[in-house]
Amino acid sequence: MILTPEQQAEIAANKKRYDELKAAGQGKAPRALPAPTLRDSVPIEDTAIIDRETIPGGWYWTTRLARGEALRLINSSGLSCVSLLAWNSADTSERLNHADTIKVQWAASLRKGRVLLSDMGRVLFSIIEDTSAAHDTLAGGSTPATNNARYGTRDTRNTRDNFILAAGKLGLDRRDVMPCVSFFAPVSVDADGRFVWDANRRHAGDFVDLRAEMDLLMALSNCPHPLDPATTYAPQPVEIIRYAPEPAGADDLCRTASAEAVRAFENNAIFLNRSVAR
Amino acid sequence: MTSPSMPAQPRIVLDMEIPARAPWSAIVRKGQTLRIVDSHGQQAVDTLFYCADDLQERYSGQDTLRAQGSAYISTGSAIVSNEGRTMLRVVADSCGLHDTSAGACSCESNTVRFGHGTKYLHACRENFLIEGAKHGLSKRDIVPNLNFFMNVPIDPSGNFTVVDGVSKPDDYIEMVAEMDVLCLISNCPQINNPCNGFFPTPVRVVIFEAAKD
Repeated sequence: MILTPEQQAEIAANKKRYDELKAAGQGKAPRALPAPTLRDSVPIEDTAIIDRETIPGGWYWTTRLARGEALRLINSSGLSCVSLLAWNSADTSERLNHADTIKVQWAASLRKGRVLLSDMGRVLFSIIEDTSAAHDTLAGGSTPATNNARYGTRDTRNTRDNFILAAGKLGLDRRDVMPCVSFFAPVSVDADGRFVWDANRRHAGDFVDLRAEMDLLMALSNCPHPLDPATTYAPQPVEIIRYAPEPAGADDLCRTASAEAVRAFENNAIFLNRSVAR
Repeated sequence: MTSPSMPAQPRIVLDMEIPARAPWSAIVRKGQTLRIVDSHGQQAVDTLFYCADDLQERYSGQDTLRAQGSAYISTGSAIVSNEGRTMLRVVADSCGLHDTSAGACSCESNTVRFGHGTKYLHACRENFLIEGAKHGLSKRDIVPNLNFFMNVPIDPSGNFTVVDGVSKPDDYIEMVAEMDVLCLISNCPQINNPCNGFFPTPVRVVIFEAAKD
């Protein structure tokens, strides 16, 4: 294909801009992300706690979460995996988009300071605390088939079916069950592109704190991750604490960690000003 | 045009060019082969599949990757649905590297990635919505997709970057359908990153099957 000088100049300008964005996103971010939270460093004050839930091993939980509320997901046993879906409660066609979440932040890994994005360029959750940074965005949750292959029986609960049930409880259906993200799932990709499971990155008492950045519907599934090599199906309970975190200030880590985060929160602000009474 | 998977006497069901930046859709019947040709090289082809008999059964990138235990698509990859069934199988691939974790570009995500000034640019999700609407599909049905000929390396620390495509002119990928599928394509219009060499170009799609006597 022969390009005109004008076309070549346009290509060069677009390429230069991308290279600058990439450098800012991966190397020269305005704020370096902090180390993982220490497991005993940020107890929640009793007065901040709104309610608690224990999700039994293998089960799911649904809830509404108001903007500004937070959930702490606690991996008490160190063996659990919690998969998450979420939808904008004002328009459930807006939902978690794992692909945009990782693409926009130049990282397939989730950790303190990063956000979970919707398909509409807005932030659903901020990850305000996180002890492990060992989470999976790529491989999804368990299914009847993966459980059968791993444990030799279909008589085990799985994330796919849990999400179908959870969607039903929220007035949604199978079409609304999209790809998920999974916390406490230490999956990475090796140099050959193979998935690697590193159990050493997961510890009893790990937790992750998610702050809602708009009013949400959400579903959690507490089932072993399909890449967890354990051959015995023995899911353990996870503890959930809903609490009122300190309001996000002007220098909030998640809102200022990158130019991308700043722009995503600008999109939230436009949405909130127009459709939600302040 | 020949390829390892093309029968000696193929019946060409369809052979057409998708213009740069355009959407496209067609049914691929069980047993038929879909070939996508990157005619000019370095052109991402955003692709979704739906079970033709039940459009709620649709492509699942996470199930596809988990089933094969690795993060990229090439020859041998089974393209798996949200119900865990194989929809198509990749039987030939002259490029060797395809993404399915980065999703499609949208006007909305473009604002976050590239600045609010890029909001009113054409994007793959616009293509998917327009083309999907012909089949009764809405935004709820548009899930993260396959990106043929798009190069998105994921390093062990989790860094995730859309980099220059490695596809050469006339590189192709071929998939045999294992069920009747609706194929939805957006010939990616993105000009803000390297997935199209910053210059979107036409691609070619061919559907063929063994000749019936």
